[in-house]
Amino acid sequence: MTYTEAALVGALVTIALDLAILRTRLLTRKAFWVAYLIVLAFQLLTNGILTGRGVVLYSADAVAGVGSHVGHTPPFLGHGRIAYAPFEDLLFGFALVVQTLSWWVFWGRLPQRRARLAATRAGTATRTRRARPTATRRRSTG
Amino acid sequence: MTYLLVLAGCVLGTLPLELFLGVRVYRQWRRLLLTLAPVLAVFMTWDVLAVRAGHWHYDPRQTIGIMLGNLPLEELLFFLVIPICSVLALEAVRRVRGWEV
Repeated sequence: MTYTEAALVGALVTIALDLAILRTRLLTRKAFWVAYLIVLAFQLLTNGILTGRGVVLYSADAVAGVGSHVGHTPPFLGHGRIAYAPFEDLLFGFALVVQTLSWWVFWGRLPQRRARLAATRAGTATRTRRARPTATRRRSTG
Repeated sequence: MTYLLVLAGCVLGTLPLELFLGVRVYRQWRRLLLTLAPVLAVFMTWDVLAVRAGHWHYDPRQTIGIMLGNLPLEELLFFLVIPICSVLALEAVRRVRGWEV
């Protein structure tokens, strides 16, 4: 599997995690997208340093664009690169950020979920208790 | 050292969000640890497999030289620092705009 393929799979699994598995549905929220754009801007900056200076070097066989070599600065834009980094890094970053925020929101909603569950149980119990006398009354009047 | 400095910049640059904006991310450390654990497991695994498959490697002259298997220590720190910065960003947006998630 190439990095391109792995990154696509990673992004799809991440979308499934948010929408279907943890059901946090961050991808439908404005707050998420604004935060993501801020993170993305800083990703282009910091990852640009790491890839432009060759701290991380990519194999030409693994990415869709050009690979990197010690002592050579990769293209800033084009040849599969965005701000020196392979465009696959944007999918990798998306997966990292969305998975993180999905878990964060999931754990944050845990107390609410527990309270709602308890309320639902209590509500059902009340309705069941009230249903019996009503049925008895109807039978006695009918 | 380049890699470690970039990470340090990320931590220091976002610290005012916790200290002055009051986003309460580090202060919810249990929730933060529960968030970081699955993310670390998934992305460290991806990283180990990617290095093994030859997708990418690290310039040993720009890392501090402490290795965890085939990964420099900075990679572990990266998967702690970037998630924390992302959570800080989300909580900052929520706090400033009053938007729910």
